[in-house]
Amino acid sequence: MGFLGSLGRHILKFIQALGFSSVFLFQALLTKPRLKSFHLLLKQFYVVGVLSLPIIIFAGFFVGMVLGLQGYTVLVKYGAESALGQMIALTLVRELGPVLGGLLFAGRACSALTAEIALLKTTEQLDSLRLLGVDPLHRVIAPRLWAGFFCLPMLVLIFNAVAIYGGYWISVDWLGIDGGSFWSSMQSSVDFRQDIINGVIKSIVFAIAVTWIAVYQGYVASPTSEGIGYATTRTVVYSSLVILALDFILTAVMFTGLK
Amino acid sequence: MPQNSITEPKVSMRDIHFSRGNRVIFDGVNVDIYPGKITAIMGPSGTGKTTLLRLMTGLLKPDSGDIFVNGENIKDYSEAQLNHMRRGMGMLFQSGALFTDMSVFDNVAFALREHTDLPESMIHDVVLMKLEAVGLRGARDLMPRELSGGMNRRVALARSIALDPDIILYDEPFAGQDPITMGMLVKLIRLLNDTLGLTSVIVSHDISETSEIADYIYLLSDGKVVAQGTSEEMRASTSAHADQFMHGKADGPVPFHYAAPDYYQDLMRINEE
Repeated sequence: MGFLGSLGRHILKFIQALGFSSVFLFQALLTKPRLKSFHLLLKQFYVVGVLSLPIIIFAGFFVGMVLGLQGYTVLVKYGAESALGQMIALTLVRELGPVLGGLLFAGRACSALTAEIALLKTTEQLDSLRLLGVDPLHRVIAPRLWAGFFCLPMLVLIFNAVAIYGGYWISVDWLGIDGGSFWSSMQSSVDFRQDIINGVIKSIVFAIAVTWIAVYQGYVASPTSEGIGYATTRTVVYSSLVILALDFILTAVMFTGLK
Repeated sequence: MPQNSITEPKVSMRDIHFSRGNRVIFDGVNVDIYPGKITAIMGPSGTGKTTLLRLMTGLLKPDSGDIFVNGENIKDYSEAQLNHMRRGMGMLFQSGALFTDMSVFDNVAFALREHTDLPESMIHDVVLMKLEAVGLRGARDLMPRELSGGMNRRVALARSIALDPDIILYDEPFAGQDPITMGMLVKLIRLLNDTLGLTSVIVSHDISETSEIADYIYLLSDGKVVAQGTSEEMRASTSAHADQFMHGKADGPVPFHYAAPDYYQDLMRINEE
């Protein structure tokens, strides 16, 4: 009974949080956009998107290079090293781009979002917005949500492009594969609708999930220095796990039955 | 009815009950704030003085009881209605709560830019007037992190009067300030109240500063108003609570010791098992 009771309590608590965070999300998003607030959105695009670029480019390049090296050692056994371009591109656009991009985004941008919002709460800046007659959901939360939704898919596309170049550099300049067959095998096997669009859809789903988690955790963090630490940790852990779980579901829906 | 019963109170709290978890913070509190006066809410720390201000502004909702602001019950107000009501209220947070990503000027201009369509030249003039009132016109380009604690609070004060509210709430305005800043704040609060015709509420436990400027004092303890009156009445009060608090006695109705088992038994570990 004790176990069942505590299980029930946890489930109830989870459902309550889910309901509350959904209301929170819709209240933040369903607002009349105002021209006055456009600069806030631009600023968040810079903070969330542009400042994440270095880590995305760096990681993408190295992931591409590793894919080139590993793929070559397997494919060369079957004399199929000319399919290296195809392997690198498909791995990236279908799986590694959205997943690794999402994980990096969770660690770099989402943790910062949570910490910032929690600190605004702790220093009573959210309350002082309310007292000046401004809803913090509109002023603080909404621009960060929109910026997260748009930036992650774009960062994933950049990640993919850089990683493919990393793979190309290893395969062609280092391992001596023919550059023409690298690109042509990629061109003939990567389908725009099936692969690229599905990858983008994945990254959009991840973007919504992790940004939502990040701003919500910041907003409900307990206003102490300890609370900020916990909230930031929870954001990184939850968003990483959610990315991996959603990736499995999306892959099962999108790619099973594909040749 | 305390004070002048002909004028309607600006804010009236009726039979407020509020608890956090199992801890009862307010157990039937009645407070009236009259227009044009400085009303002080005093009491030992942890009695929920700040919570009372949060209830007045609708940042928190009471478990039961009614809060009237300008004669209207705010119990069923939506967030949008509350936001509208709050434009007529200024609140000075204990921490100042300045927006750390904006300069002093932008902090004061914030509400004007959000809620009015005034041209930037007009906003410039209004902001400088508000900053002049708190003596910080020269600090307009500083960032909040470059300000001292006292300056921070004065900027926050300028920001909270930017929209010319008619009620202003001060949360522990004197806490942790040096004597010069304290004197300055006391002078400012009185000056603003009288020249702008404001209604002020001060939450504080600094007896000398607060009783110097307060027209009326409520003393909170154990979730109730235990004494009320003008500062002269409070100092002369025979109520045990008022006597302990106003004269700073370590023991009295508010015990020095947190609830604990018997000292001897505790030391001898008699009840350990």
